[in-house]
Amino acid sequence: MSKQSSSRASAAIRASLKKRYARERRFQWYGRLAVLIGFVFLFILLADIVSKGTPAFTQHYIRVSVELEPDVLGIERDATRDQIFNANYLGAIRASLRAMFPDVTGRKEKQQLYRLLSIGAEYNLRDMVLKNPGLIGHTSEIWLRAHAEAGSYLKGQVTADLPESDRKVKDMQVAWLDQLRAQGRTESRFNTTFFTQGDSREPEMAGIRVALYGSFFTLLVTFAIAFPIGVSAAVYLEEFAPRNRLTDLIEININNLAAVPSIVFGLLGLAVFINFFELPRSAPLVGGIVLSLMTLPTIIITSRAAIQAVSPSIRQAALGVGASRLQTVTHHVLPVAMPGILTGSIIGMAQALGESAPLLMIGMVAFIMDAPAGVTDPSTVLPVQIFLWADSPERGFTEKTSAAIMVLMGFLILMNGLAVYLRRHFEKK
Amino acid sequence: METTTVFLVLVLLTFISFFAGRKRSHAVTSGLGGVRSLHSLPKHYGYMAALWALLPALLILVLWLVLENSILARIVMNELPGGVRELPVNEQGLYFNQIVSYARGAIDAAQLDAAQIAAADHYRDLSSSSRTIKALLVFLVAILGAALALRRIRPALRARNHVEGIFKWILFACSFLAVLTTLGIVLSVLFEAIRFFHAIPLMDFLFGLEWSPQMAIRADQVAASGSFGFVPLLVGTLLISTVAMVIAVPVGLMSAIYLSEYATRRFRAITKPVLEILAGVPTVVYGFFAALTVAPFIRDLGATLGLHVASESALAAGLVMGIMIIPFVMSLSDDIINAVPDTLREASLGMGATMNETIRKVLLPAALPGIVGGILLAVSRAIGETMIVVMAAGLSARLTINPLEAVTTITVQIVTLLVGDQEFDNPKTLAAFALGLVLFFVTLLLNVIALYVVRKYREQYE
Repeated sequence: MSKQSSSRASAAIRASLKKRYARERRFQWYGRLAVLIGFVFLFILLADIVSKGTPAFTQHYIRVSVELEPDVLGIERDATRDQIFNANYLGAIRASLRAMFPDVTGRKEKQQLYRLLSIGAEYNLRDMVLKNPGLIGHTSEIWLRAHAEAGSYLKGQVTADLPESDRKVKDMQVAWLDQLRAQGRTESRFNTTFFTQGDSREPEMAGIRVALYGSFFTLLVTFAIAFPIGVSAAVYLEEFAPRNRLTDLIEININNLAAVPSIVFGLLGLAVFINFFELPRSAPLVGGIVLSLMTLPTIIITSRAAIQAVSPSIRQAALGVGASRLQTVTHHVLPVAMPGILTGSIIGMAQALGESAPLLMIGMVAFIMDAPAGVTDPSTVLPVQIFLWADSPERGFTEKTSAAIMVLMGFLILMNGLAVYLRRHFEKK
Repeated sequence: METTTVFLVLVLLTFISFFAGRKRSHAVTSGLGGVRSLHSLPKHYGYMAALWALLPALLILVLWLVLENSILARIVMNELPGGVRELPVNEQGLYFNQIVSYARGAIDAAQLDAAQIAAADHYRDLSSSSRTIKALLVFLVAILGAALALRRIRPALRARNHVEGIFKWILFACSFLAVLTTLGIVLSVLFEAIRFFHAIPLMDFLFGLEWSPQMAIRADQVAASGSFGFVPLLVGTLLISTVAMVIAVPVGLMSAIYLSEYATRRFRAITKPVLEILAGVPTVVYGFFAALTVAPFIRDLGATLGLHVASESALAAGLVMGIMIIPFVMSLSDDIINAVPDTLREASLGMGATMNETIRKVLLPAALPGIVGGILLAVSRAIGETMIVVMAAGLSARLTINPLEAVTTITVQIVTLLVGDQEFDNPKTLAAFALGLVLFFVTLLLNVIALYVVRKYREQYE
């Protein structure tokens, strides 16, 4: 090779090198971009939900001087408890609102005025009076829950700048609310209603209590079924199963079940547990059974991995001193594998907690106001409550939905955090 | 006696049997040099007695609970006047349900005829005696079982082996549950789907171009006149899944490549778990995000660009589904890229190839079958995904491949058909099971192919 041609070749290589390095850099940037896109999506998702949901954790109250005279309430002065229970609190509240704004006269205007307060305000007042009958016969300053629309104005989510037709809080109400605020008659409090009430048609009275109870009972059933069965199945497959066609069949089935769409488990639940076994609809019992069938593959697969990871020397030592196979497993292998098994089970439970599609099939979408007392009472669960609220057009419910999502995600983070902690702890050993 | 009480008493009997068994093992060895002459530890004799008390009785209790209602119903129905027995099945069901509700005190007598009231009384008698018999039978079997086990206790009895044998069977039964679940799924959807195909011919379902199940519920119509053409649903499902894959595959694959080939160990250790949060977000949250944030955003964006975008566009649902699947594609690709032997990488780099040439010309071709398998698994996830599409996709079936329009999917239709009132003699309700059958087999097929491809690929390097 002559000197000249070799230098021409190296010039060509140098030129192409530049191109190749540029392409290399571009490729790396594509990679960074892909990771960045994932991050941006995650950030937008979380930011969207947190920004929408945070206002739901506060609630506005309006201080009203309510005249609790017996004739306003429509009861005798020495009324019985029953009479107090059935007294006309709505009338009393309305009368005091009228007294605060004496220049409101028209029927329509009055309706607007009444809509400043929650429909549930009369029940709150009733409970207050029942607790303290001494209030009767006096005029007291009482904090009552604001209506969701009035609340959203007080929170600043709706401003008077919007054209009146685009908002539910009308100009008159805005004026009253401004006046109330100037008088110091409005107050923002932590929203306890959200955690202590069941579902409601009114956003300001709706809460996640029923859903939390329902999720708890459902998970309880799921865990009670899936954990023992899953661990037993894993033990069998890892320690006892002979290598034959039946074992292969079982393994194939477990792997396939792990990938079956969750809604198909819902169809199974509907056809088998509700139609055939006639178990109650909408109950955590059926929900838990369906979810346990769904999470079983996860628990079996992770438990098997944990059992596999136990060093064979432990088994050999136990067998060597005369333990039977079952004793080896229960006394030595399972305790060592337990953190791994628990990690997998917690992850499976987290999956079950977030799942909603199969529960729609078995009727856990009912409108339920009272918390279930057991696993056979009609109930709903947190993700399904989110689904139901997401359907409601009112702004108040959008906010509640996001807040419920925040609670749900909080529980999921807690569970996954526990799983990560267990895994770390386990690895240290 | 209530079932819970029966169960609790049974548990109590089990405990008593355990102690009785253990005590007896001591008793039978009293003249023979004590516990040392026993084959097994005393507690194993206890376990044996307990299992014998518990298992047969539990089996009977469960069987009784399963069969009780249908047997009672049959007995009562057989005594009803002939006219009732000739009613159609669902009216018979309604008639009988009234009897049961009355017997339980849920409704009052005014709504019932005389035959029903008589039947209700009979039903009440029968079910109360059924409860008594159930309790007695369960206790009798438990005590008999325990007694049999106790009688067999001898020093030479290999109680531990006996107990372990039973436990092995229990363990086997637990793992066999997976097979039973699959069987249950197949049978429950198949059974109702066959009833559906009696009303709607299979060919009309598979090749029909129109889906409007609502028509069939009008009473004066023959069921078959509602149209149950599956094609628009399939096209809608594939459209949304395609949009999802267009998002998830490039992003997931490139992230996996970057994280496994370029990123520092620390960057990877932080980034990967953060991206995997996306996989842990419940689907209902994605559905909410798609319906209330992404869909309006895309619609407004389209409006400013002069495009008409439906407010339930396939694009919005698909985009969000794509986000959900990113971590899934990422971790599968990551596993597969890491499985390519380092020798291939080192050979290519040693020849002077740049990293990206190595990746594109050596790693990806070698990993391709595995990646294709991973993508198939992701597609099967997308097809079976329910909540995102229920909340963000449309309800009416439109045969289109324009992602800016609203389409519906198989899962959306299953949910819409089954939430609310269900009548199991109506093709509308049964159609959901036919769709479930299709969904099950399509995802099963995709999974089987994907798992086969992935396994085949792994073997190549092992």
